[in-house]
Amino acid sequence: MKVDIDKANQEAVSRILKAKPTIVDISTAGEVVPGMKKNLILHAGPPLTWDRMCGPMRGAVIGGLIYEGLAKDQKEAEELAASGDIEFSPWHHHDGVGPMAGVATYSMPVWILENKTFGNRAYCTLNEGLGKVLRYGAFSDEVIAKLKWMETELAPILKKAIEKHGEIDMKNLISQALQMGDEGHNRNRAGTSLLIRELAPYLVRLDEDREKIARVLEFMHSNDHFFLNLTMPAAKCTVEPAANIEGSSIIYTMARNGTDFGIRVSGLGDRWFTAPATMVDGLYLPGFSAKDAAPDIGDSVITETSGIGGFAMAAAPAIVKFVGGTPKDAVNFTKQMYEITVAENDTYQIPFLDFRGTPTGIDLLKIMETGILPRINTGIAHKDPGVGMVGAGLVKPPMKCFEDALEAFVEKYGD
Amino acid sequence: MKKILVEKDSYYDSVFLMLINKEVKQYDGVKDAVVSMGTDVNIELLKEMGLTNQEVESATPNDLIIAVEAESEEVADKAIQSAKELLNKKKSESTDTDEYRPVSLDSAIEMLPDANMVVISVPGAFAAREVRKALNKNLHVMLFSDNVSLEDEIELKKLAEERGLLMMGPDCGTAIINGKPLCFANVIKRGNIGLVAASGTGLQEVTCSIDKFGGGITQGIGTGGRDLKNSDVGGRMMLMGIEALKNDPETKVIVVISKPPAEDVAKKVINKLRETGKPCVIHFIGLKPGAQEGNLYYASNLEEAAGMAVALAKGEKYEKRVFTIPESEVEAIVKRETANMSKEQKYLRGLYTGGTLADEAMILFEEEIGNIYSNNQTKPELVLKDPHVSQGHTIVDLGDDVFTVGRPHPMIDPSTREERIVKEMEDPEMAVMLLDMVLGYGSHEDPAGAILDSLRKAKERFRERGGYLSIVASITGTAGDFQNMEEQKKKLESIGCVVMPSNYQASMLALKIIREVAK
Amino acid sequence: MNVKPINELFKKELVVINMGLESFAENLRDVNVKVLQMNWKPPAGGNKKISSLLARLGR
Repeated sequence: MKVDIDKANQEAVSRILKAKPTIVDISTAGEVVPGMKKNLILHAGPPLTWDRMCGPMRGAVIGGLIYEGLAKDQKEAEELAASGDIEFSPWHHHDGVGPMAGVATYSMPVWILENKTFGNRAYCTLNEGLGKVLRYGAFSDEVIAKLKWMETELAPILKKAIEKHGEIDMKNLISQALQMGDEGHNRNRAGTSLLIRELAPYLVRLDEDREKIARVLEFMHSNDHFFLNLTMPAAKCTVEPAANIEGSSIIYTMARNGTDFGIRVSGLGDRWFTAPATMVDGLYLPGFSAKDAAPDIGDSVITETSGIGGFAMAAAPAIVKFVGGTPKDAVNFTKQMYEITVAENDTYQIPFLDFRGTPTGIDLLKIMETGILPRINTGIAHKDPGVGMVGAGLVKPPMKCFEDALEAFVEKYGD
Repeated sequence: MKKILVEKDSYYDSVFLMLINKEVKQYDGVKDAVVSMGTDVNIELLKEMGLTNQEVESATPNDLIIAVEAESEEVADKAIQSAKELLNKKKSESTDTDEYRPVSLDSAIEMLPDANMVVISVPGAFAAREVRKALNKNLHVMLFSDNVSLEDEIELKKLAEERGLLMMGPDCGTAIINGKPLCFANVIKRGNIGLVAASGTGLQEVTCSIDKFGGGITQGIGTGGRDLKNSDVGGRMMLMGIEALKNDPETKVIVVISKPPAEDVAKKVINKLRETGKPCVIHFIGLKPGAQEGNLYYASNLEEAAGMAVALAKGEKYEKRVFTIPESEVEAIVKRETANMSKEQKYLRGLYTGGTLADEAMILFEEEIGNIYSNNQTKPELVLKDPHVSQGHTIVDLGDDVFTVGRPHPMIDPSTREERIVKEMEDPEMAVMLLDMVLGYGSHEDPAGAILDSLRKAKERFRERGGYLSIVASITGTAGDFQNMEEQKKKLESIGCVVMPSNYQASMLALKIIREVAK
Repeated sequence: MNVKPINELFKKELVVINMGLESFAENLRDVNVKVLQMNWKPPAGGNKKISSLLARLGR
């Protein structure tokens, strides 16, 4: 065999563990996201074309084009999207991540996070809230109006508060949140609260209209998942340095775009291995059922890739109720994940497991040996654009991605 | 019929509520249901569904709403009641008795770092890989799985030899290490006799006999059936076992049991035993025992191996004999059993669950009367044409592959033998039915009880036909086995079965009966 | 011939990992042996193609 896989994996995971994800600023996509253009739409998941996009993704694209002023209504937006004049690119190719449809356009405000250990950055939009929002494919006037408010009022005020406060250590916040019942993907209430607590005094001291500041605070407070758009880029800049290590079978990307589920493996560079996205096994909000669901979508599974989210389910037992399980199941799900990872996190700990570190460093080879697939918690979008979230649950990625990746890995490194 | 319940100041987690909602919707007769907190969004939804009233519209996010649309008032009430019960139910049964079960050996070792042995009984195709992993982690292995290739066995035993580890198997059904039973094994008194065996039921029979004779064991090491048969495997595990017993201060006498080994392997084993300097009892099943030579003693059957070992351990002289009950008693049994047999009855039918025990009987009969058919026969002309159909004198090993396709081994599931008993009782030419009854861990909880009815019926069938069926059995077990050996014996005797102290004695008795009938 | 680990085992308490039939673990528990039952599955869910790919990596 040509390479010491275990050694390579140890290098990869040690880089992940050394990460120091930090909030440094807020800006707009056009200003800071590498390769951003006026006619470029960033989206979640592996590469995707307009013709293959599912309902919510299309809705989000339509909304994005209207927001950006490139189209004035749905009809125009659809024609423009299909025309070839609009480029589509995965957030992952631009040092970023996006939840659900993850659509971002030039003018949208983005969080800027930096991994202080290695200097690499990651970006993500600010979370719009629950219900009918762009990331679920909604593009009504209210949606656009809210996005505008975020651009003109929310983001600038938060930016000023952060400037006054200074950089925010995300690793520390996530670590605390995990000990308060969050897992960083589907449960972010504690993290959101910690963030508000961190920023509140600095917001209050700003030379801004009090009502504006109040709206900012209310906005964050009303949205339990505000913190998700920070855990995601934190995870992204954490795992990125583990990419491109010769001989490493560590998985550094997992992502979905509502049509495909895709993974990338450290020792195989930036090659995507994709397969059709699966359906989520979950519980539905009143009035909805499985027949309303869109397939699995979003970059939020970057949280699992970095060792939180579904991999820290034992820290957030409420999540497992989504499939009628018990807190014991949450613990067992996490214990299973130890079988497919190469290390235990030295910072993110789970109180219920005697403060054992979360399973970190997903190993493709261990997945194939044990047949255990990574566990992912996620929200469920309605399959029609513009309806919104209809439930949440557990999802398993398609085995085919990992099989194909294994074949490629063996071809490159095997006897 | 629509029914709504609003409980003020009753906060529940939205996820928890979704679960209840799902359940309630599935009740018979429920058309629709909503179980949620009174948030604006939910109230809007309830309005749209027409499931609203004054209370709902003034509800707050701290109030619980249970709204049901059902085919009748009764169903609606029941549904709401059930929902409330579910909400109040506290899961108190989440104790930690179900520990996490690891999927990979690495995780298992992480969970149990003190582990020193792995017992492997996974399908043969996957077993070799797991054994390799275990040996590389310096764990001893008990390999119960069969269908492991010869190449793999050789490679794994070489690896075990390098590391000085036990690799008992493949196809090793029995071992007793540090007095603890591995897979199919009996509860045997501790003592100073150490054994290495290439036969599972052989090891069981010998250890049980040792226990019966008042002796005890240090270790019962298994090697797997192929260890001595194949020159490339070369008896590796047997040799390692002997070496370990040589070094073991607790072991004063060594016993070696195997089916006939390859010639060069036999030489290696005997030389090794000679080197130990300890008294060694050797039993190669089917081979004529040699004469005593220095510290080497040869036994002619499994029980004798035990008898010789116990005598040596006690420093006594071994008295060779066939029966442990007085000759006169034996003759009386023979007379009694043959008294009412009809003229046509002449054949022996041995229905065995333990392969080695079947072989012991078969070899014995072959020597004494010649034509004995079996599915284990080496002589092609004496192989049963159809293993399911007896011919003349027959000893059938019901644990053979042909009988265990899609069914558990007959030591675990007595129904295979029961079916054969039912079949055999229709043959008026049968004179003696010979049975083994293996107790101990791994075996059925009541082997005698399980076939008692069919044995009773068999005796009746022969009585109806004006004859008499003799049933002779032996019990491979000890007083320490959970099946309660005394009870097993009583059950068999209650229907007129003759229970002998060992397979050898049972076979010899059956032989006497056959000879008596032939007169 | 090195059999030191075997003689050492004779002096220790057996601590067992059971990979396969659960009844074997139950029997050992019955006689107070510390035993861990695995939830063994065929590698790659029994997929032979995957097994042989893994073998080429020495796994």
